[in-house]
Amino acid sequence: MLGRGPKSGTGSKAKERLQFILVHDRINLPPEQLEAMKQEILQVISKYVSVDAKNVDIALQNRERSPAIVAEIPFTKPVEGPDPD
Amino acid sequence: MGVNAGAAASTPQPPKRSATGAKVVTITSGKGGVGKTTTTANIGVALARINQRVVLIDADIGLRNLDIVMGLENRIVYDLVDVIEGRCKLRQAMIKHKQLPELYLIPAAQTRDKSAVSPADMIKIADQLRPEVDFIIIDCPAGIERGFRNAVAPADEVLIVTNPEISAVRDADRIIGLLEAENKGPAHLVLNRVKPEMIRKGEMLSPEDVTDILAIKLIGIVPEDETVVSASNSGTPLAFLDNSRAGTAYRNIARRLMGEQVPFMQLDDNTGFRKRIARLFGSGQNS
Repeated sequence: MLGRGPKSGTGSKAKERLQFILVHDRINLPPEQLEAMKQEILQVISKYVSVDAKNVDIALQNRERSPAIVAEIPFTKPVEGPDPD
Repeated sequence: MGVNAGAAASTPQPPKRSATGAKVVTITSGKGGVGKTTTTANIGVALARINQRVVLIDADIGLRNLDIVMGLENRIVYDLVDVIEGRCKLRQAMIKHKQLPELYLIPAAQTRDKSAVSPADMIKIADQLRPEVDFIIIDCPAGIERGFRNAVAPADEVLIVTNPEISAVRDADRIIGLLEAENKGPAHLVLNRVKPEMIRKGEMLSPEDVTDILAIKLIGIVPEDETVVSASNSGTPLAFLDNSRAGTAYRNIARRLMGEQVPFMQLDDNTGFRKRIARLFGSGQNS
């Protein structure tokens, strides 16, 4: 009936913003807790491998009505006898 | 009604008359001002016009509005809280509509004490009405606190009203989450105040955008219609008018609540998009 309007319009901007907003709303975690969670994930991974901290990306993604935590954590193999921090 | 191969079972089941009594439908939204009260009034009128026995309940304690939209504001003697607190019998609070004698309204109280009503009270009232009528439509207040929980408690079916506007959709999403948590899902969506021209220009969220984001099925799309204002002014809901587009949209929603397959109405001249929109409705309503 009405189709999808031109991609450049504010309608698609609204849709993008909503997708971002809702994935955060749905996880129902306050930002400080979300940040703490990300740090703890990195700490755990760091016990096993040496994490390339600058290039880490841990984000929330929208899948139907179930959000997902998607992490990209580049690492280098640990030297012998690593000292977990 | 035909067979719907592969359709999701998301069209509301047709109400069973007398055997199990009335179907209780709560109209909610989260955000205020999106059209809950207008939707409640119009669905009520539309159902009564097709010979259903309907009771409307204004559950917005302290901010009574359904009476105004229905044009019944000068006939209020008792209200919902009077019934709950035993000052009157349920029947005494039911205002009968003059043109549609099978349509009744139980108005809200104007008390500021929201704790006057509990979910159990609402369930009790709904249970008393169930054997007597076909539909009980409850107008839910905006918000997500007690008023929302009260209005939703007796519901068999919940309709979420939203506008193709970012804040409204965000609030609708929150409501969907709360309803799932209370085992009142899956709800159906009424997309209200749609402006086809703006959607065509890409300046408004489309019905597809909204249903993609919210992941629920549509039960109705209601176009923006300035006659809604005139209708409120005169206390005559649009569903009375046969030449009103919004009125027709509300009548279609009423028919879908009855379990009927109703093609969505044409809001512009581009018939090529009809099939795409049809898929957004429960049970594959065909164009």
